[in-house]
Amino acid sequence: MNAMKAAALSAVAIAIALTVSLSGQGKKPYSAPKTPWGDPDLQGVWNDATSTPLQRPNGTKDVLSDEEAADFQAALANELTRDRRDGGNAVDVNRAYNDHWMDSRRLKITADHRTSLIVEPRDGRIPPLVPLSPERQAARAARAGANARFNDGLPDEHLDMSLPVRCIIRTDSPPYLPTIYNNNFQIFQSPGLVSIAPEMIHSARMIYVDGRPHLNRGLKQWLGDSRGRWEGATLVVETTNFRPDEGVVFQGADPATFKITERFTRVDPTSMNYEFTVEDPRTWTKPWTAIVPWNKVDPGEQMFEYGCHEDNFDIVHFLVGARNRQKNAR
Amino acid sequence: MKLLVAALGVLFAVAQTPTYRAPHRADGHPDLSGIWQAFVTANWDLQDHEAQPGLHPELDGAYSAGPGGQSIVEGGDIPYQPWALAKKKENFAKRGQVDVSDDKKWHALGDPELKCYMPGVPRATYMPHPFQIVEGSNNTILMAYEFTSATRIIRMNWTQEAPADAWMGWNRGRWDGDTLVVDVTGQREETWLDRAGDFHSDKFHVVERYTPTSPYHMQYEATLEDPKVYTRPWKISFPLYRRMEKNLQLLEFKCVPFTEELLYGKFRKPGVAR
Repeated sequence: MNAMKAAALSAVAIAIALTVSLSGQGKKPYSAPKTPWGDPDLQGVWNDATSTPLQRPNGTKDVLSDEEAADFQAALANELTRDRRDGGNAVDVNRAYNDHWMDSRRLKITADHRTSLIVEPRDGRIPPLVPLSPERQAARAARAGANARFNDGLPDEHLDMSLPVRCIIRTDSPPYLPTIYNNNFQIFQSPGLVSIAPEMIHSARMIYVDGRPHLNRGLKQWLGDSRGRWEGATLVVETTNFRPDEGVVFQGADPATFKITERFTRVDPTSMNYEFTVEDPRTWTKPWTAIVPWNKVDPGEQMFEYGCHEDNFDIVHFLVGARNRQKNAR
Repeated sequence: MKLLVAALGVLFAVAQTPTYRAPHRADGHPDLSGIWQAFVTANWDLQDHEAQPGLHPELDGAYSAGPGGQSIVEGGDIPYQPWALAKKKENFAKRGQVDVSDDKKWHALGDPELKCYMPGVPRATYMPHPFQIVEGSNNTILMAYEFTSATRIIRMNWTQEAPADAWMGWNRGRWDGDTLVVDVTGQREETWLDRAGDFHSDKFHVVERYTPTSPYHMQYEATLEDPKVYTRPWKISFPLYRRMEKNLQLLEFKCVPFTEELLYGKFRKPGVAR
């Protein structure tokens, strides 16, 4: 057996072991604390920052050894951090200023040394796209045109800007994925309800776990409509009824057929697995699943209000800048 | 018939009596979780007010007109310092004006509600929208408001002072018997108290009291203090009603898209159709 084949085989073995432990069938299952009313207790502030990419970089194996993990982490950190000295003083000062805002926890890969957050399909990549309908092609092209105008500093109007720039939704819409900052989520619970308040924008997602049906199909929301149920120690959440606007659901999927199922499972006293499966037969050839570790935040660290629209000076700067550029170009 | 009326009367008296004792949870406190709403008209004016037309009756007719209502202010009037009373009147006169073209004057004009800004405390409580309390079993309580999906986290028995100003303030809670008391500091000075232009400064301090008076009601009381604006602390109070509809849930009132044309429409490229 050559070395490469051995490495590939051991990677498969690790992947299988990982899948088994992640799906909660490992040797000694952790028993999560319960609320006074008997539900698994997920309350508290959690942080989902990691440098492990959503999709596995080409040519990388799925789970790394300690040594390989250190190299992978260092390489990712070098790309992500702005605390480095190349490029000259001006560039470096600019980077240093911006680095102040970034979450340093995002410079570490997952504790289980995975090279992608996606665990299914096994190649760690988002499945291929299906051919888009003419209507969806047109909608995507319109959005791409608006994005291009914005990126060129020439937005026609506020509607050219994305939903996050307009402060309508930010990282408060599922699936929750790590970003450069504000990776905290506070979970509140009362009997029959789990509420998740993400740090990046001030909404609270209400997940009813009292067996009630979904909203009627015609009643749509920006963040959809969430229903939960307990499967053992796992909170399973299904979200539907998303508004049809382009950009409302993940990666331009079709809100009408997009389905997301999230699973929240505490795996030890300070961490929780956040697993989500998304499917949309009008977008991807098959469903795909990712697992993002959530780590409990020191109780002394607090989540603060994220205002956005109230002081959205930039939206005016972008528009006024665009009008001035157009005037000067004439 | 007489008996029924008498029986209903007794029931009513029992339900509304101030000596109502709320059922206690395992931790010894009442459970305030649920969806609540005020049915006063204080969002138009905390003080006595007649029904009034909207900003553009020539367009909106009766649609945006406001209901009349009686003052929820103890004693009837807000004890403004003279300069502040003049400022309140000016706020009202300019409540419908908006100009965000200058960062420095961004917040100078217009009712923040008109612009869909987070409403602050206590205004969030008496806006014509429900809000939801999630009282869990740790040291925080969530209050989530339908209006612009605003939220605030009540930190129980917390000592740390506000680290920064916030639109919904820095909220520290404690139990006084069956009453949830919330001390609110660190509010952004730009929020208003109603559409009548009532306002505060950066020295605003609010103490709220939520007292269960039946399984379906809470009495809400707030003491408002601001040495820069008022001559003394003053109080408002009104009941909160538990929303009883089956499967009722807090929906979204994400009003940002409703305000963008008003705020940003004038920066559109000439010739681009709305």
